[in-house]
Amino acid sequence: MFFIPFWLLHFSSVTANVITVLPSPNAIAKAIAESSPGDTIIIHSGTYREGNLKINHSLTILGKGLPVIDGQHKVEMLSISAHHTTIKGLRFINSGKSNSDDLAAIKLYSTKHVTIQDNEFDNNFFCIYLLNSDSCTITGNDIKGYAVNEQSSGNGIHLWKCQHAVIKDNTVSGHRDGIYFEFVTDSRIEKNKSFSNIRYGLHFMFSDRNAYSNNRFYHNGAGVAVMYSKNIHMTGNTFDLNRGSAAYGLLLKDITDSRIISNRFEYNSIGIYMEGSNRIIVSGNNFHNNGWAVRILSNCESNEIVRNNFTANSFDVSTNGPASSNTFHNNYWDKYEGYDLNRDLAGDIPYRPVSLYALLMERIPFALILYRSFVVTIFERMEKIAPAITPVDLFDNQPRMKPWKL
Amino acid sequence: MEIRGLKKQFGRIHVLNGLTLQLKKGSAYALIGPNGSGKTTMLKILLGLVNPDSGEALFQNKSVLKQWKYRNHFGYMPQISRYPENMTPFQIMEMIKDIRQHSGAYDMDLYKQFGINKFENKAMHSLSGGMRQKVGASLAFMFSPEVIILDEPTAGLDPLSTEILKEKIIRSRHEGKLILITSHILSDLDEIITHVIYLNEGNILFQLTIEELRSRTKSEKLSQAIAAIMKENGHA
Amino acid sequence: MLKIIKYVLLDIVRSRTIIGYTVFLMLATWGMFMLESNPSKSMLSLINILLIVIPLVSIIFSTIHFYNSYEFMELMLAQPVKRSTVFAGSYAGAALALCMAFIIGTGIPLVTFDSSGAAIALLISGILITLIFVSIAYLCAALSRDKAKGTGIAILSWFFFAIIYDSLLLFILFLFADYPIEKFLLALTFFNPVDLVRLILLLKMDVAALMGMTGAVYSQLLGSVNGMLIAGLVSIIWILWPFALAMRIFKRKDI
Repeated sequence: MFFIPFWLLHFSSVTANVITVLPSPNAIAKAIAESSPGDTIIIHSGTYREGNLKINHSLTILGKGLPVIDGQHKVEMLSISAHHTTIKGLRFINSGKSNSDDLAAIKLYSTKHVTIQDNEFDNNFFCIYLLNSDSCTITGNDIKGYAVNEQSSGNGIHLWKCQHAVIKDNTVSGHRDGIYFEFVTDSRIEKNKSFSNIRYGLHFMFSDRNAYSNNRFYHNGAGVAVMYSKNIHMTGNTFDLNRGSAAYGLLLKDITDSRIISNRFEYNSIGIYMEGSNRIIVSGNNFHNNGWAVRILSNCESNEIVRNNFTANSFDVSTNGPASSNTFHNNYWDKYEGYDLNRDLAGDIPYRPVSLYALLMERIPFALILYRSFVVTIFERMEKIAPAITPVDLFDNQPRMKPWKL
Repeated sequence: MEIRGLKKQFGRIHVLNGLTLQLKKGSAYALIGPNGSGKTTMLKILLGLVNPDSGEALFQNKSVLKQWKYRNHFGYMPQISRYPENMTPFQIMEMIKDIRQHSGAYDMDLYKQFGINKFENKAMHSLSGGMRQKVGASLAFMFSPEVIILDEPTAGLDPLSTEILKEKIIRSRHEGKLILITSHILSDLDEIITHVIYLNEGNILFQLTIEELRSRTKSEKLSQAIAAIMKENGHA
Repeated sequence: MLKIIKYVLLDIVRSRTIIGYTVFLMLATWGMFMLESNPSKSMLSLINILLIVIPLVSIIFSTIHFYNSYEFMELMLAQPVKRSTVFAGSYAGAALALCMAFIIGTGIPLVTFDSSGAAIALLISGILITLIFVSIAYLCAALSRDKAKGTGIAILSWFFFAIIYDSLLLFILFLFADYPIEKFLLALTFFNPVDLVRLILLLKMDVAALMGMTGAVYSQLLGSVNGMLIAGLVSIIWILWPFALAMRIFKRKDI
């Protein structure tokens, strides 16, 4: 505090300074330079082309009338290394593109308690990039990109080595990954919309103890990819319209001790794809109109798929080898043709969710072209009556007679 | 009508072997000959039911082959009267009236004289062969066509009805119609025809007016006359 | 032409077979939706009716209809009516009767229970497959004057298209699974009208799975809208060519 000049101390002793910025060359840079920690800078509408701006002390920067910060395809516009900083109501366009130093519209360097709120991002490489930061909030941002391929595009919201982040109410589209987590722990992702991204709507790598809920992921290469992580809670999300070869609603790779509760998987090529994943509870989800509702590889163990609805999927479950110790229990399968004599709403004969043809297609994928033909229907019927090829120990022994109200 | 070099082959059998004929209105031609001599085939070619291999059939100097409008001037009574079995004679007549869109009055002579009204609401399949023939005959005359083609018209008709039909044919001939009849029952043809065409294995053996025939064979009866001429030609 | 169709239709309705067919379809469709709470499951059963029963009924009914209306056609051909008009009228009458039976029997219950895109696709497919098999029936009937023989050819062609063809494809699939035969196999499905109609349904009901296929053939050619369009067009070709060929034969036929 002793370094603060007298005239600034004079004002801030009552309240923080408010600095108003109008469009003129280097107006924002000047304002930042003139500001002291805790000040508020209000940027009025207009277009600002000021190259890279660095924020080294805590500030509140507010846009009035959505001022535009233009990176002119050259630079990272905002580099923040101060704690307790808020960026709100700005529009960031045209950041530079560089794969070597991951240029972004806003990048946070080892900060705490930074809030990025209600901003717009259009045509940037990375948009909001958090490095080694703690307790930051990213909320209400509208992020739009025009990614063509994975190599030449960045992520919408990118977190690396962060803790306690909250990502809420954002809309992200047209990037490589909508939201990307790597070495991120104890964070929450809520009520975001992530769509039309080239790779994943949401991507976890080596990120434990996180939760994401009530988000919608659609039209992405794959909805959500969760890899090499544990203790992830996935609740109330909608994964839909993620279609294409290798397109999944949810891709799980080497995930353990996680919960997938009350989500909707609709119109995806594959609803959930599980590989090397253990001790996951999949419960209360709706799988509707997917190509494959669940594809669970034989290296998955001790997973519980219980009390879900499976309706109008081309195939309910497929697997690539002899079954393992996964439990299917008390799910509603619309393809179930059994009966319920004691009227306890659980079918009296088990349901085998892996169909003969799904197995055949593991070996010959383009056999799909003959699906639903009379001959194939007959074969499937025969296999249902007397299973010979489909896995013996993969069954739901209490298939629900009526769909769960989810 | 005119027929020029009409040829037709069914498989290896030559049914018609280059037939050439001139048919004039106001005349009645009897087409006679043994079974399989090509009588019905010739009639069917005139009606467009059978396509000839070669040759030409003309009506009013225009080819009838692959045409259809000329059939407005044609009435046809087939050899075996086959009709939609579920329909009644009344429905069939109404249907054909509807299809033909005939502008003049309908000729209901035969309909009345045959007493078709007595069974006109019975389904075709419940009618006897004679009743069906009556329906066929009255249909052939109903639209006052200029050309009337009758294939074995008297087969199955009772004598009274045969007389009615014969009188109708004579009347029509006098009205200037062209009438073509095939029949095995030569006695039925006696008073009604003006010309005789004798077909054998697709060739015209002879073609004479009834007067020529009588003067050559000196016999009044057609059957005797034919027999005589056959003998003359060394065919019998 | 319209008059011919009118009399053909009158005749068909009089025979009552068509009414039986309508009632059957109606009972089957209602039954499926009433017994099953889940409409998407009823749709699966309907697909089998669509791919097997409808082609069978369409082809047998039309073949027999053709032979039974021989007298009618003979009668008409001696009248001032074009041959092609008589033939097309007879075809249109049979096709119209069968389509109406399908629309009333299956279409109405279907749309009341489930008006999803899949139901619409099912409805259109049903009409297409009916028309295709009436065409094939007319070709079979035109090929042979003998009723028993013609009906035999018709039943055989149904058997071939509905069952044998797909069995052969499945066989080829197993035998040459290790070779790149995707395109070849896809092309082969276009030569079977039943497969073609099944493809339309597949594109509607299993589009997510189809798009999950590796290989550009499926995603490009069958990318739902395109694939639907192509399959629809080829189906129309399948209506037209047997009809046109049958018409050609009929025009040259000696009655």
